[in-house]
Amino acid sequence: MAAKPKLHYPNGRGRMESVRWVLAAAGVEFDEEFLETKEQLQKLQDGNHLLFQQVPMVEIDGMKLVQTRSILHYIADKHHLFGRDLKERTLIDMYVEGTLDLLELIIMHPFLKPDDQQKEVVNMAQKAIIRYFPVFEKVLRDHGQRFLVGNQLSLADIILLQTILALEEKIPNILSAFPHLQEFTVKISNIPTIKKFLEPGSKKKPPPDDIYVRTVYNIFMP
Amino acid sequence: MATKPKLYYFRGRGRMESIRWLLAAAGVEFEEEFIETAEQYEKLQKDGRLLFGQVPMVEIDGMVLTQTRAILSYLAAKYDLYGKDLKETVRINMYADGTLDLMLMIALAAFKPPAEKEESLALIVQKAQTRYFPVFEKILKDHGQDFLVGNKFSWADIQLLEAILMVEELNASVLSDFRLLQAFKTRISNIPTIKKFLQPGSQRQPPPDSHYVEVVRSILHF
Repeated sequence: MAAKPKLHYPNGRGRMESVRWVLAAAGVEFDEEFLETKEQLQKLQDGNHLLFQQVPMVEIDGMKLVQTRSILHYIADKHHLFGRDLKERTLIDMYVEGTLDLLELIIMHPFLKPDDQQKEVVNMAQKAIIRYFPVFEKVLRDHGQRFLVGNQLSLADIILLQTILALEEKIPNILSAFPHLQEFTVKISNIPTIKKFLEPGSKKKPPPDDIYVRTVYNIFMP
Repeated sequence: MATKPKLYYFRGRGRMESIRWLLAAAGVEFEEEFIETAEQYEKLQKDGRLLFGQVPMVEIDGMVLTQTRAILSYLAAKYDLYGKDLKETVRINMYADGTLDLMLMIALAAFKPPAEKEESLALIVQKAQTRYFPVFEKILKDHGQDFLVGNKFSWADIQLLEAILMVEELNASVLSDFRLLQAFKTRISNIPTIKKFLQPGSQRQPPPDSHYVEVVRSILHF
């Protein structure tokens, strides 16, 4: 029996959260080893477990994978979340890359100076509403299907849902001008594996708080 | 007869350079439209060909592709530079992601004020020598093969050569402790398609200068 994948990261969202989402959506159980101290990180680095001395790192199928995108692609490929052919795959890839650019703003937000944080929420909202959401709204409107690409669940749907929900935590009415995205959010959230992940007690992490920010500084600052 | 791929970007390296390298290494002739004014850029955006309003953009095989990594993944797959199975692909992805991170740091440093830029570039050279190059030196040492993955020329080899040459522009002796990388550099540089790309008159772009920075700033408004 294959060992469960094991995730190495601080106990919080950050760059690992997308990996948790995709594994959960694919119905894959996983273990986590939470980084809490600089010494733990040092141990991983000294033991040559982190290819470029960085996390996220995921132990899976006898490999130690790093680089968020590489990890996401591997899981998506393995669990048929990357389309049927190269064209669908590339479309999914483009959507994911765009969404990850938006998600990056959310990931970095807690580490901004307090004075800059409010301004950044405005920036995130603007980018979402002007640059990203209209694209996905149009995609869904044009083909009338439930999923973004190829009429089946893909990495693009999962990462978009993750990003929408994270933005809604900060800007509750952010989808108000996007009826198809509202419907998309409900439909994808109701997929059984995702529904389970959205319930209390799952491995989904809460929004970053002061403790998380402090832990990250302690681990990663020189 | 298929039309040549067409690249839309500023006249300089930026995020498009890795795409030029991949196409050139694969022996694929391509055309370029250089964005030199804000008007040109706005027209591309209004024409709706930039998915998220951004470049790089590549027209290829009847598709309009954006998002650097999505474009690179497509090309790697199309030109059989992506390994023979998922395990090889994920290794290529990890290595490419690492070198892309390093090269992006260099691309972004060009836009910093002079003192900060100096500091960034010094840090980049240090990262190359302590975080990235030792990894690739070890990979080559451990398997003793000519190429990084699967004993076959892949996208990872192209990326690494590109990164090595870029860092050498910052510090000519950066490879002095890496005997195998020196041999790798020579070997990959001598692949006929790459050798041609490294000669004057090719579509390879020079390092960013103040004019390039000015043009990009004026078009992207930052």
